[in-house]
Amino acid sequence: MELVFLLEQVVNGLVLGGYYLLVALGLALVFSVGGVVNLAHGAFYAIGAYLAHAIAERAGFLGGVLLSPVLVALLGMLFERTLLRRFYEADPIRGLLVTFGLAMIVEQLLRIVFGAAPIPVAMPAALKGSVLLGDFLFSRYRLAMLAVVVLVLAAIWFLLHRTAFGRVVRAGIDRPDMVAALGIRLAPYRLAVVALGVGLAGLAGALFAPIAVVHPAMGEEILTTAFVVVVIGGLGSLWGVILAALLVGVTRGVTIHFVPAAGEASMYLLMFLVLLLRPRGLLGERIGRFE
Amino acid sequence: MDGERATADRTATTRRRAVLAGGGVLLAGAVSGFPAIVRAQADVVRLGHLTPRTGFLGALGDYAVLGLEMAKEEINAAGGVLGRRLEILSEDSINPDTAATKATRMLERDGVAFLVGEISSASALAISQVAARAKRLFVAVGPRSDVLRGKNCNRYMFCTDIPNTVMVNAVGRALLRDGMVKGKKFFTVTSDYVFGHDLLRAAKAFFAANGALHVGDELVATDVTDFSPYLLKVRQSRPDIVCLNLAGNQVTNFVKQYAEFGLPYPTVGFNLNTADAWAAGPGNLSGTWPTVWYHTLDTPGSRAFVAAFTEKHGKPPENHAWITYVVIKMLARAMEEIKSTDSEQLVAYFEKGPTFDILKKRPAHFRAWDHQLIQEAYPFSVKPADKMKDKWDLMELGPAVPAENEPLEVIYPTAEQNSCVL
Repeated sequence: MELVFLLEQVVNGLVLGGYYLLVALGLALVFSVGGVVNLAHGAFYAIGAYLAHAIAERAGFLGGVLLSPVLVALLGMLFERTLLRRFYEADPIRGLLVTFGLAMIVEQLLRIVFGAAPIPVAMPAALKGSVLLGDFLFSRYRLAMLAVVVLVLAAIWFLLHRTAFGRVVRAGIDRPDMVAALGIRLAPYRLAVVALGVGLAGLAGALFAPIAVVHPAMGEEILTTAFVVVVIGGLGSLWGVILAALLVGVTRGVTIHFVPAAGEASMYLLMFLVLLLRPRGLLGERIGRFE
Repeated sequence: MDGERATADRTATTRRRAVLAGGGVLLAGAVSGFPAIVRAQADVVRLGHLTPRTGFLGALGDYAVLGLEMAKEEINAAGGVLGRRLEILSEDSINPDTAATKATRMLERDGVAFLVGEISSASALAISQVAARAKRLFVAVGPRSDVLRGKNCNRYMFCTDIPNTVMVNAVGRALLRDGMVKGKKFFTVTSDYVFGHDLLRAAKAFFAANGALHVGDELVATDVTDFSPYLLKVRQSRPDIVCLNLAGNQVTNFVKQYAEFGLPYPTVGFNLNTADAWAAGPGNLSGTWPTVWYHTLDTPGSRAFVAAFTEKHGKPPENHAWITYVVIKMLARAMEEIKSTDSEQLVAYFEKGPTFDILKKRPAHFRAWDHQLIQEAYPFSVKPADKMKDKWDLMELGPAVPAENEPLEVIYPTAEQNSCVL
């Protein structure tokens, strides 16, 4: 029985990892564009949750989940146009400070508009409850969420690796000077990738709203985890982020199985170990600009 | 080529440093505060108020400040305190370290007469030590740990909210009545800080005294947002009843995710603040819980307070709004009666045990030997969705505990259970 219990935690950790992935992938995408660690990523996650709530009250749960990420992506474009692009070539610390400041402003705005008290977000009745697959218990809602994550991942992989758009983006990350020499303007591509990354944060917020506390500081909570995942995975690697997200989810589950009180510390220990043994992160690529 | 290599290495170092700096900024954000600069003035009575505005108890602190503002405005509209305007400096206590720093600053530099506030037991403990060293009064408004009235009590601290033992007794009596204790297997989920540990101790004492089996406990960090691994462990131990010793956002997260997984075991909780229940939303919360006050409490005082608050804020007051409101009123009355803001005189006044109207059926008073405010508590259970009048009307308030023919003190810890040397 003990082994089954442990396996159950492993499987649950993988599902949870899928959700971490959604947030971390967006953070990694935005970083890949101009090398800015976007500390406002969590703020977009929170906006995604609040917008999903506001839309769901008028157009139902599905309307919220579909529309909120699109609106957040539009905000992401505004963010890129007005702020982010000024810091691509600047000293990284300036990008950090400006996005951190933005995160604080957004948190306070959410507090002013929606109040400090958390707001309840309803879950569709059809997704409530859990299913047993073999000996393993799954929440229906999380299975649905996992399906969305897999779809999103497949779409992003296709976009980056099988389309002309993706070729320019990848070349632009690697050698922006070469892309420029070929007469291609990178600006619109950067704008699109930032919109995609920020939109993913919005999607994660919309999806997590029915099962977690929706409050103004919720972005701060998830940003740290996303950050840890990206660092463990290695900058500039899609597969690294995927692997790291799953690993963080599983490590947390297994730790809680054996030493429950250490559950939240486990991902930091994991990060410490990985950085000690492999400072580049698990699959960090040697991309000229970042290495 | 070598030059290029060197540049690349330098860039790598910069990037890595940027990532590390990012972590540093995240940490710094957690401890930063904005000190207010004010000069002491002779024509005001100034108090210092600290309560969490951010973090897992932040939503509760926000209600506390609304209650505080309302009491202050009413007091000043009626002429202030001792003929002077009441001024209350209110700040986010953030965490125990920051709370202690701010408490020191308020007493030494901002010229406050004494301190009031808090919801977190850990921060209250830190503030109480600062206040005791300065020999200044600290009224711990919201924290509930027994140890603040027991092992860690001190001459300058007074506690107004119901302690953990009372919450366990309030719910416990309802459970005993429903035959849900003797021989039943309880699984507890506990908040991993001084408050949770304290509540677990009170819960274990209750289980032992009433023949319940305690089959497992999980300690949960205060910043946990995903409870799924704990829910799996609950299911793995197949208990009769799941019992929550959680706080703030933890309660809401647990309740939402418990409903998400749809586990079949009934839940009871030994701690609940109304804002956490409201945040969970209808259809998620179930079981029996304790409370110190609820806005549907049917007394003339509470009705008037709820009406005035709702009129002003468009939502009913939460229990932390209520308790902060009544405590500020209580303090204003005390200062008027002794004609002073002196901490020593206030301590002596409260120890004499004058009674206060706290908008409940029975008046409250401080117990001299542990400085605990002795007042009624209530169990409440979740209302069926079709009986709710509005989204705030989530709970059905049970009869006050203790019953009217019993002395108020019977549900409070005795000197043997929770010894306090002032």
